[in-house]
Amino acid sequence: MSTTAIPSHANSSAPAELRGVTHRYGSHTALQGLSLQLKPGEVVALLGPNGAGKTTAVKLMLGLLQPTSGTVSIFGGSPSQRSTRQRIGAMLQVARVPETIAVGEYLDLFRSYYPHPLPAEQVIQVTGLQGIEKRQFKDLSGGQKQRMLFALALCGDPDLIFLDEPTLGMDIETRHNLWRQVRSFADRGKTVLLTTHYLEEADTLADRILVIARGKVIAEGTPSEIKSRAGGRKIRCVTILPESELNSIPGVRRVEHTGAGVTLTVDSAEDVLRILLQRDATLHSLEVTSPALEDAFLELTREPDSAQTEAA
Amino acid sequence: MRTAAITHSATSSLTPFIKETKYEFLRLLRARSFSVATIGFPISFYLLFGIVVASAEPGGFDRAKYLLATYSVFGLVGSSLFGLCSTIANERAQGWLELKQASPMPPAAYLLSKLLTAIAFGVIIFGLLLLCGETMGHVHFAAAQILRLLATVILGVFPFAAMGILLATVVPPNAAIGFVNLIYLPMSFLSGLWIPLEGLPKWLRTLAPVWPTWHLGQLATHSIGYKMSWSVAGHVLWLAVFSVACLALALVLFRRSAQKE
Repeated sequence: MSTTAIPSHANSSAPAELRGVTHRYGSHTALQGLSLQLKPGEVVALLGPNGAGKTTAVKLMLGLLQPTSGTVSIFGGSPSQRSTRQRIGAMLQVARVPETIAVGEYLDLFRSYYPHPLPAEQVIQVTGLQGIEKRQFKDLSGGQKQRMLFALALCGDPDLIFLDEPTLGMDIETRHNLWRQVRSFADRGKTVLLTTHYLEEADTLADRILVIARGKVIAEGTPSEIKSRAGGRKIRCVTILPESELNSIPGVRRVEHTGAGVTLTVDSAEDVLRILLQRDATLHSLEVTSPALEDAFLELTREPDSAQTEAA
Repeated sequence: MRTAAITHSATSSLTPFIKETKYEFLRLLRARSFSVATIGFPISFYLLFGIVVASAEPGGFDRAKYLLATYSVFGLVGSSLFGLCSTIANERAQGWLELKQASPMPPAAYLLSKLLTAIAFGVIIFGLLLLCGETMGHVHFAAAQILRLLATVILGVFPFAAMGILLATVVPPNAAIGFVNLIYLPMSFLSGLWIPLEGLPKWLRTLAPVWPTWHLGQLATHSIGYKMSWSVAGHVLWLAVFSVACLALALVLFRRSAQKE
């Protein structure tokens, strides 16, 4: 692996590093020998089905849990140290925030935890909280509540930020604004770890995706690398060529009849298309699609027994 | 130069403690379900039993004086139990405590702010009771008596804050207020905080020393000149042991539930 070439001191001060982390709650094993590393300036999305161990991994990195075995280090230190936490911001899922404190007061409080916080006006402007600083939490809309939690994560100007399902309940405009903020954050060399159910969010934002299932990282790569795991692109068209002939074209993996036409799963769409168009002058309703991240995700996180059946 | 730098770093490390306390106080003051009940109960009960009912009896002003001390205890016990138990139980269940734990908030600031807030409410209630007693109940205290009672109120918050923390680990969060009332109101009554114990059956009077509120009530009435059956040291020791036991048990239960999650 290329990471072994990096000197160990560089490794140890990585924004976050988990090595062989196992975490058990009683007899239930939530994480099984999980290893991962976050690099400065990257946005990493943690994807996985419910119960895969995403939340446990985040809680370990925040020092809210201690691993049963293995090591967790944040900027080379322990995540439960206050000096480490002063370089971290977190947006977690909070069912209810104490309601009778105003937005501006919450910012004032959280900024006081950090040695070099961002100016309050800047945080308010960046998160779109202008005009509601004096409003108590109970009087905010769902989207405004989420934006305030995002503001609390940002206000200390942290080097590493954890976003747990950040856009849940946000309208589209607010969501796109948050995505812009996350990108500009990473452009300034800061690291973002994101867990999300919205695959579109991971696809748009993440430099790297880690897919977790059954307590382990089962796939890792850029969004396009992950998508390519779902296997090939799809060509949809209406053609007079018989199925046997379609199957004989090199690079065609699968032929399915869909409605009036056929759907071909192919390795290289361009090569197959050249042959198709040459052999069938009447071919029409042509569509070429890449697999969605969702397909890749489903493919990757499928239960082991069904995956084995397919392999056999 | 050097002193300036030291002062600066000392103030900045104190800032989160000050802000945490300021906003905890404001939060509860604005939460009417808390402030109206915690301040309103002792004041209205005192006006009723200590002033209206007592003024109809001979020696009523003595009762107004005695009950001023016990209702001050009743007030601080309420602000401590509600301010710690229901707050912590809810903030824990709703994920807010976790967000704060993940933040660089100094961990001690969390409990300290709630303790200081309970003290502030206890002192406010005491001040209002004193105002009612002096203006309507013909109660007149010497400055030394007021100071002793004030000290009892402030120090009395500790055992009940500890009890509040313990209760926070056991009560169901969405029913915390109900549970606290279920303990707080009968316990106060049985300790003679509402009406002097002499009016209660003998077996209830014998039972009184099992309630922490009785011990603090005794110290409070003693501080304004009433006699008590135990020594000051005896009551203080009882309350100190009670506080430590509550905190130790709370710590065990908190750790156990943190592991289960």
